[in-house]
Amino acid sequence: MTSAASNSNQANIIEIRDLVAHYGSRQVLNSVNLDVREGEIMVIMGGSGSGKSTLLRHVLALEHMTSGTVRVLGVDLGTATTAHLADLRKKIGVAFQGGALFSSINVERNVMLPLYELTDLDPMQMRIMARMKLQVVGLAGFEQLMPSELSGGMIKRAAFARAIAMDPRILFCDEPSAGLDPAVASAIDDLILGLRDAMNMTIVVVTHELDSAFKIADRITVLDQGDVLFSGTPEQLRNHTDERIQNLLNRRPQDDTIDPDDYLRRLTGTGDNPSMVL
Amino acid sequence: MTSVFERSPTIRFLERIGRGVARGLEEIGMSAGFLVESLYWLLFGHGQRQPVRPASIFQQMMDVGIRAVPIIGVLAATIGVMLAIQGIYTLRTFGAESRVTIGIALSMTREFAPLITGILVAGRSGSALAARLGTMKINQEIDALRVMGINPVRFLIAPALLGCVVMVPTLTFFSDVVGLWAAGVFVGMDLGMSMVSYAEELGRILTPDDVIHGLGKSAIFGMLIALIGVVNGTLVTGGAEGVGRCTTRAVVQSIAAIVVTDMVFVFVTTR
Ligand SMILES: Nc1ncnc2c1ncn2[C@@H]1O[C@H](COP(=O)(O)OP(=O)(O)OP(=O)(O)O)[C@@H](O)[C@H]1O
Ligand SMILES: [Mg+2]
Repeated sequence: MTSAASNSNQANIIEIRDLVAHYGSRQVLNSVNLDVREGEIMVIMGGSGSGKSTLLRHVLALEHMTSGTVRVLGVDLGTATTAHLADLRKKIGVAFQGGALFSSINVERNVMLPLYELTDLDPMQMRIMARMKLQVVGLAGFEQLMPSELSGGMIKRAAFARAIAMDPRILFCDEPSAGLDPAVASAIDDLILGLRDAMNMTIVVVTHELDSAFKIADRITVLDQGDVLFSGTPEQLRNHTDERIQNLLNRRPQDDTIDPDDYLRRLTGTGDNPSMVL
Repeated sequence: MTSVFERSPTIRFLERIGRGVARGLEEIGMSAGFLVESLYWLLFGHGQRQPVRPASIFQQMMDVGIRAVPIIGVLAATIGVMLAIQGIYTLRTFGAESRVTIGIALSMTREFAPLITGILVAGRSGSALAARLGTMKINQEIDALRVMGINPVRFLIAPALLGCVVMVPTLTFFSDVVGLWAAGVFVGMDLGMSMVSYAEELGRILTPDDVIHGLGKSAIFGMLIALIGVVNGTLVTGGAEGVGRCTTRAVVQSIAAIVVTDMVFVFVTTR
């Protein structure tokens, strides 16, 4: 029954079966099936609001699913005890979409916090580990800043550093490079590849950036309004004939040319009376 | 179609009441849950290798207690003097103003010090607690704690709860001292009673029971303030505006809870 039964080097480290999720009465995920294999980089793509973050929250056991099963590292999240969950969570790292840095402590302490709370390292070791991770994401020298003093991109990188603080077996990143300048974004991509190669880390990345997705992904899953539209290798995705997928691939935000007339129409043409906005 | 679902105003009114009661009960249930879970972590956290950190308890005690000392001191002194003025004025009608000390001593220790301290801490720390937890919730900081395997109740709530339960009585004791001293100064000036004989009279009048009555109440006030702050903080939805709403709600609810609890406490223990 447990993952040990199917212990090849391609063992599924995450198994999602028929996952249905609601926010209130609105169904956000419709029977999602997804496997993530040990040591691979799985990229999840899809339009805004398609349910990527929601899927991630379910894999992290932050929400109660309506139905279905989710197994992470052999632990069934639906039936796991608190102790099992706590144990599991030491093996995963998460960089949230908005960073979710602790606003009352500085950057270095943010990265140190998991080490401080979950390990027996002495303070100097923790500090060295934290500084190493910050160095890796290019935040050396910013250790003492408070989260409110960081730019958006710096927050993302600090969150990434915190996510890898414990050298997790699985790393989840919700849009790690959105809003970063191209050089840093590409450095994050290299970092993700490096973590997989050097530590055999399994990494799940949510991203909108097509170039980045094709650069790092071993496999890609495309979500659309709560459905898995596609799951497979980047090569298969490129050659896929489904129109919705081709739309997604060709709709590169960076290459969008804006038609001035259309733009003006979009700005002025909503149904509401603009004088009543407030 | 609509007429089938049209409800009379009475039904709607009852529905509103029902929903309010259900929500109230749910929040009381949540508070009880947080209380039990906090106690669990305080008692057994070490065994689970998830201790409640003395440093964060200390931090909470500083915030709730030490930083409130100046304002509590001012308020207690003012109330002490006010009690002396009113007491002397009232008793003068019987020519009994020399007996004012008994009124001051009992009202201050049994009622005014716990009440004023509770209300002040509710406004200062209960609201801050709700705002802090609410902001952490909408910034996903609570989620971040959870996915790290750090229990938010142990990490955030237990220290705040302990901080309040310890510091509100401590502050109440401080108000007792300051309030009685300030009243004594006024009585001395007005009636020419020396500070020494005022203190001696206090010693004769006040029993440990009176002081413990006040301190016991304020420990309960501290618990209420913390739990109400926590529940409102964790119920925050929808951005900065939601934080503001819940903060206000936390203060209003804590003050109401303090006053009602005080009444019940007095009713049960003082007849
Ligand atoms: N806390 C919530 N309460 C209610 N509905 C929510 C909540 N969070 C998300 N939703 C809804 O669930 C749907 C999926 O949201 P989700 O955040 O998973 O999208 P996403 O794919 O991550 O989008 P983005 O790329 O913009 O981050 C959206 O329609 C959103 O409105
Ligand atoms: Mg998202």
